[in-house]
Amino acid sequence: MSETTLSVPSGGGPTQISSISEAVIRIAGNSQDGIQAIGGFLARLAGRSEQEVMTFMTIPSTISGGPSIFQVRIGSGEVLSAGDEADVLLAFYQHSYEGHVQSVKKGGIILFDSDHVEVNPEWQQTWRHVGVPISSLTVESIGGTARDKGKNLFALGLVAKMFDLNVLKLTKLITERFAGKDESIVKNALLAFNAAYGYSMEGILETFQFVEGKKREGQQVVMNGNESLGYGLIAAGVRFGAGYPITPWSDIMELLRRELPKYGGSFIQCEDEIAAVSMALGAGYAGRVAVTGSSGPGVSLKTEAIGWAVMAEIPLVVVDVQRGGPSTGMPTNVEQSDLNIACFGGHGDSPRVVLAPANVEDCFYTAIEAVNIARDYSVPVILLTDQAIATRIEAFEEPDIEKVCQDISPDLTPVLDHKPYDLSAPNGVTRHVAPGTRIQSGKYPIVTGLEHDELGHPTGSPKLHTQMTAKRRSKLQALAARLPLPKVFGPAEGNVLLVGWGSTQGPVREAVEKARAGGDSVSSLHLKYINPLPNGLETIFSGFNHILVVEINDEGLYGFGQLAALLRARYADPKIRAINKCDGLTFKVREILEGVRVKLAATSPAPLLASNPAAASA
Amino acid sequence: MTSTILEPLLPPVRVAASPLADADRKPLAKKEVAADHPTWCPGCGDFSVLALYFKLIEKRKLWHEKITTIAGIGCSSRFPYFVQSHGAHFIHGRALPFASGVSLSRPDLHVFVFGGDGDAFSIGGNHFTHTARRNVKMTYVVMDNFVYGLTKKQTSPTSPIGFKSKTDMWGSLDQPINPMKQAIAAGATFVARTTHTNPNHVLQMMEAAMDHDGFGFIECLSECVEFYEGAFDAANPRKGGAFNQVPADHDPTDEFAAYKLADEAFPGRFGIFYKVQRATKNANEAKITKKTQEKFLGQADWQILKKTFDRLK
Repeated sequence: MSETTLSVPSGGGPTQISSISEAVIRIAGNSQDGIQAIGGFLARLAGRSEQEVMTFMTIPSTISGGPSIFQVRIGSGEVLSAGDEADVLLAFYQHSYEGHVQSVKKGGIILFDSDHVEVNPEWQQTWRHVGVPISSLTVESIGGTARDKGKNLFALGLVAKMFDLNVLKLTKLITERFAGKDESIVKNALLAFNAAYGYSMEGILETFQFVEGKKREGQQVVMNGNESLGYGLIAAGVRFGAGYPITPWSDIMELLRRELPKYGGSFIQCEDEIAAVSMALGAGYAGRVAVTGSSGPGVSLKTEAIGWAVMAEIPLVVVDVQRGGPSTGMPTNVEQSDLNIACFGGHGDSPRVVLAPANVEDCFYTAIEAVNIARDYSVPVILLTDQAIATRIEAFEEPDIEKVCQDISPDLTPVLDHKPYDLSAPNGVTRHVAPGTRIQSGKYPIVTGLEHDELGHPTGSPKLHTQMTAKRRSKLQALAARLPLPKVFGPAEGNVLLVGWGSTQGPVREAVEKARAGGDSVSSLHLKYINPLPNGLETIFSGFNHILVVEINDEGLYGFGQLAALLRARYADPKIRAINKCDGLTFKVREILEGVRVKLAATSPAPLLASNPAAASA
Repeated sequence: MTSTILEPLLPPVRVAASPLADADRKPLAKKEVAADHPTWCPGCGDFSVLALYFKLIEKRKLWHEKITTIAGIGCSSRFPYFVQSHGAHFIHGRALPFASGVSLSRPDLHVFVFGGDGDAFSIGGNHFTHTARRNVKMTYVVMDNFVYGLTKKQTSPTSPIGFKSKTDMWGSLDQPINPMKQAIAAGATFVARTTHTNPNHVLQMMEAAMDHDGFGFIECLSECVEFYEGAFDAANPRKGGAFNQVPADHDPTDEFAAYKLADEAFPGRFGIFYKVQRATKNANEAKITKKTQEKFLGQADWQILKKTFDRLK
C-alpha cells in the first residue's frame, strides 16, 4: 500500500520535491463537470508513461447531474486496485468536500475549489487543506463569456503541477481528445490547463514526483472494461449483435454499433431484451457466433431463450455486466449477485458455460475465449463482468492484434450428411452446420427447443431425453477436463486461501500481500471458469486450513455467497466459507482482511490457526 | 500480466461433396421437400398451407439450402418439421426476431416464417410491430384459426367477441385484433389476406409476398376443425359463404383505403391490402456498412482494430 506516499509534513518554505511510488487521487464533483475526463486523461497519461494505473468511478443514476466521483491510482509498481484511501481529494463543491473527506488518509491533501467550499476548521487538524479559486480562475483564464465550463481542465492543470506530470504528453492528449471539434474548444481547454499549471503553489504545496517505474517492453493501451470486452468480441470475429439499452451494459452495445460496420458487421438495437437474445440466436444459427448482453433485469428476461440455445445447441455469447439487484436494484453500483442466474437461470437442466474476467485486460481475452468455446461446443457462453470492471480504466500491454484476430465466417462447404444432434459424437460435442450448407443426403436438420432425435425431430422417447440430456451435460464435462487449473497467488499451501472471481482479483491479491507482510499465512486463488469449474480445485483446497470465498453478494439464507455455495455443493468441503458484502461498492483491502479476521475468530476449535499463530492478529 | 486463453478446438475437416450446379438441378418435387408427416388433426387448414409451400418451392425452383423455415410455438409452428430445409423451431412468440437475425446476417437466404395467431399477436405482438416497422426482409405467413389449438381451446387474440372457450366459458369479451389493421398501422410494407380453402389464392399471395423486397405478411385463415369448426364457412363458397377479393380498383399503396378495407365485417376481403416499397432494414444496414467500410478499403480486420488501439494509447 501507499505508506510511502504523501503524508509528508506540511508547512511553508520553498517548494520541495518529494519522491513517491504511487498516489491515489479522488476527484469529486457533479457528473456534468467532466470529472471523468480528468480521470481519463490521468489514466491515459499513466498508460503512456512507465506507470501502472487503475481507476474507480461512480456515476449517479439520475439523468443529469448529481454527485459523481472518479478515483485514479497511479503507481510505479503493480497497481492491483483503485486504492482503499485517497492521498488527495480534489473537491469541487461543499458536498464533494463533506462527502469524501473521510475517504482521504490522515495527513492527506484536500485540494478544493475555494469559490465553492467552506473549510471545516476541525478537519484542518487531520488533513492538509489547499484552496484554489478554481471556478473564478477558470473563467478568468478562458475569458470572454465563459462560465466555469472547463474547470475540469483547470483542475487537471493543478494536478499536473502537483505531481510534476509530463505536460507535453498531457497537452497532446488534450489536443487529441478534442480533435475534430471546434478549434475554440481545444484553445479554451489548453488555456484553462496552462493557467492552472502556471498557478503558483510555492510555499503552499511541495511537488511530488513518481519514482521511475520499470521500463516496459511493448506499448500500453488504456480503456475501460466495457471497451476491452467489446474490442475482444471484434477480435474474436463476432460481426453481429443485438441488444437493448440498460446500464451498465449499454456502452458495449454503443461501441459495437459504432465499430462493427467497419468490419462488415452490424449491431441491432431491438424492441426488448427478448428480441435481442432471439435476434442474436438467429444470427448464431445463421452461422457466426453472435452476441447479446444486458445487466440486471435484462438478464432475467433473456433466460428462456438461453435455455433454447442450450437445448438447440446454438452458439451464443451473452454478456452480463452485473449491477446491484434484484429487480431494478442499484443500476450504477457493483454487485456479483448474478452468478446463480448465469449458471442456473432458466427451467430444466440447462448446462451452459460461464466465464468471469478478472480485470480490464482479461475482458479482451476472455471475450475471445467465450466466442471460441461457444463455437467449439455449440453452447451459450455467459460472460459475467460487473459495473466495477465495466467502468474502471486500466492500462495494459497492447495485445498482438494480428495474432489474436480471427476469422469465424461460416463454413458452407457442402456435406454428405449431417446430424445436428449426433449421439455418437465423442463427448457429445457436435458442431453447428449453418443454413446455406447443401446436404447431399437430402436430409436437412431442424434446430429446436423440443426434445429431439439426432436430426432434430421431436420425440417423447424417455431414452432419447436421457441420452440428449447427457449429451448436453457431457460436452461441458469434456470442456472442464481441458480447462487449466488456476495458479495460487502466494504459496501453494498455508492457513488461509482466499477465493475470488471477477473484479475482486485486485483487492484480494493486495489483501494477500498485506497479510503476508504482516506474517500471516494467506494465499489466494482466482476463478475465471465458473461453470464448468476446472477439474482439480480440490487438490489446491487440500493445501489450506480455511477456504474463504470473497464475493460482493449476500451471504444468503445459509451463510454462503453464490460462488461459495457452488463450491460447497461441488466439493462438499466444510472448510469452504464466505466473506460477503453487498453495499454496492468494490471490496476494500481492509474489508477483506477484517473478513478473514472475523471468520477465523469464529472458527472453533482454535487450533486450526496453529500452522501460523500470527494469523489470529490479521 | 498477459492473460492466456484456452486454445480453440480445430474445426472438423469437411468432406466437400460435389453437388450438381444449380443449372443442372431439377426443381424439388414434393417428395424431396416433405419431411415428417404432419401431426395436425385430419382436416386442419394448415395442411393446405404446407402443400402450397411445397408447390411454391417447386414452382420457383427454390433449393433446399437456400431457404430457411422458421417458426415459434403453436400447432402451425410445427411447420419446420414437415419441410426438408434448414429449419428452426424457436420459442413461443419470438420467431420474428430470430428470423430477423438470420435475414440480417445472411442476405443469400430466403427466410420463411410460419406461425399462428397466438404467436404473432399475443405473446409475440411486440415483435410483430417492430419487425414490420423495421421492414426486415422475410416472408411471414400467419395461419390464423381464431383459437389456441395446441393447448386445446383457449381464447386467442383473434377470437371474435362471444366465442366460447375453456377460458371464456361465457364467451370472449375482448375486442379481437384485426391483423390487417395491426400490420398496416405498424408500418408493414406488404399486407395480404387469404384463406386455406382457396389454394390458388394462397399460392398467389405467397409468391407475391416472396417477391416483395421487405417484410411480406400474409394472414391465412386456417380452420381448426377440432376447436373452432366452421369458423371460416362464411369465407368458403362451398359452405355457402363468399370469397370476396380485394376490389380490382383498390390502390394497394393507399394506406387509408387499405385500412378501410380491413374494416369490412367478417369474412372481409382477400388479396393484397397494402404494398409499398420502403428501404428494408437489410438495405439500410448494408448501406451503413458499405459507407463505413469505404474508409477502410484494402485493410484487413486486424489492421482496422490496430488503428483503433493506436488511438487508445
